[in-house]
Amino acid sequence: MTDLFEYISVMFSYTFILRALIAGALVSLCAALLGVSLVLKKYSMIGDGLSHVGFGAIALATALNFAPMKFTVPVVVVAAVLLLRVSESSKIKGDSAIAMISTGALAVGILAASMTTGMNTDINSYLFGSILAMTKEDVVLSAILSFIVIVLFIVFYNKIFAVTFDENFAAATGTKVKAYNMLIAVLTSVTVVLGMRMMGALLISSLIIFPSLTAMRVCKKFKSVIFVSALVSVLCFVAGLIISYIASTPTGATVVVLNIAVFLIFAAAGKIINK
Amino acid sequence: MALITCENVSLGYEGLTVAKDINFSIYQGDYLSVIGRNGSGKSTLLKALLRIKEPERGKIVYGGGLKQSEIGCLAQQTPVQKDFPASVFEVVLSGRAPKRGLTPFYSRADKKDALDKMELLGITNLKERCFRELSGGQRQRALLARAMCAAEKILFLDEPVTGLDPVVTTEFFNIINEMHKNGMTIVMVSHDIHCAVKYSGRIIHMDGGILFDGTVDEYKKSKIGAEFIGGHKHD
Ligand SMILES: Nc1ncnc2c1ncn2[C@@H]1O[C@H](COP(=O)(O)OP(=O)(O)OP(=O)(O)O)[C@@H](O)[C@H]1O
Ligand SMILES: [Mg+2]
Repeated sequence: MTDLFEYISVMFSYTFILRALIAGALVSLCAALLGVSLVLKKYSMIGDGLSHVGFGAIALATALNFAPMKFTVPVVVVAAVLLLRVSESSKIKGDSAIAMISTGALAVGILAASMTTGMNTDINSYLFGSILAMTKEDVVLSAILSFIVIVLFIVFYNKIFAVTFDENFAAATGTKVKAYNMLIAVLTSVTVVLGMRMMGALLISSLIIFPSLTAMRVCKKFKSVIFVSALVSVLCFVAGLIISYIASTPTGATVVVLNIAVFLIFAAAGKIINK
Repeated sequence: MALITCENVSLGYEGLTVAKDINFSIYQGDYLSVIGRNGSGKSTLLKALLRIKEPERGKIVYGGGLKQSEIGCLAQQTPVQKDFPASVFEVVLSGRAPKRGLTPFYSRADKKDALDKMELLGITNLKERCFRELSGGQRQRALLARAMCAAEKILFLDEPVTGLDPVVTTEFFNIINEMHKNGMTIVMVSHDIHCAVKYSGRIIHMDGGILFDGTVDEYKKSKIGAEFIGGHKHD
């Protein structure tokens, strides 16, 4: 047992692991908070679409020698605004529009990357994530982002509940529904870009979807769903990071598998409680 | 004082006009019942008054200092997802959200108001229950409580007593009466013509537009009113 603790304390003495831990835990927290609203509004596909756009943008940025973050964040924010417009206007068409945008962005990204690097390590780390990718700037950026997300969530908590629960009532009583939807979409896009480099473009949206679905298995209040999903998300990330270090597995995939396991446990617990 | 005025309003869905040439005002202190057969455009009109739906033509103007955050409303159908996690208290309390502006957290007064409204509607014992697990009538009462929390000047109700048992229905009309006496403006869509005639002060009868707009006494004397009231007697 003491061996294990020593092992872990050695692990966290590496700067890159420490960076991954801080940035990852913060991004997980944001993803969980935003995820509750996205899942309940049936917008979880937007998170998925955004991660593909993020991949395309980051590959393009590398190909054209742009600063990755400064290029990717605005592109994904614009995509978020577009996707939201599309899915607000009509339900069925919205679904295919999201699929079009996300596969299109994926294709552009693969082309861009293959032209420059020959489609090897870089692509892999974009698609499946790498904890080596986190720079000091990323850590600072995730700290700022999560601070903003948490503050906005506390300040607007009541409105977010109102808009998520019953959009018509919220609009009729003077809440700027469109603005709140936009706020959530923009925050989500920044979260996706930040988390993408570590978790991978193909896996980041699971960070948004799983924790809230997990919490909803057992919690019956909105407030407790928020707390539990935030907790589950952060714990799964930290545990996933440690396990991936010990077992030398890819971090992103490990975190996702852990999330699935916790989801199954909660689902079973929910069944038993509701019996 | 006119709180809301419709000027030459036409309502419709994707080019299909449902009601046209709508001209009327809702005045402070009105107790207005909107009646008419199924599909005559009552709910559509309510949505337009609440600014959830754009009119195809014409203007809907808010006056008398009415702010959208002073409105309370209950829709005919509130689509709530099957697995939405929210307690009854959270739902009722959310009726106070518009009044908070950008101040976070609910105050003690907000919580007390929500509890008072729940007490009035007899759902205090459901406070911690999950909203999605309620019966139809219990849900309706929770949404009514939320509407009452939100209403400061005017309360819109679209068939509010649907699914309520007779005892609660009578109590409900008493509560609305009480609120009206205390200065609340009431706009109610109802199929219960007898309750509409008994409780409200003004009647609008719709069918593709406004067929009648006047006091209850005028309505009873009018041809359309006599027919509609008479035709609804089952005994
Ligand atoms: N979302 C919609 N899309 C297209 N048409 C609609 C929509 N909602 C209502 N309509 C149509 O508009 C007309 C008026 O509907 P509305 O709901 O206003 O009637 P109503 O008077 O409230 O009827 P009820 O008494 O049944 O509630 C109906 O013919 C209906 O088919
Ligand atoms: Mg209706």
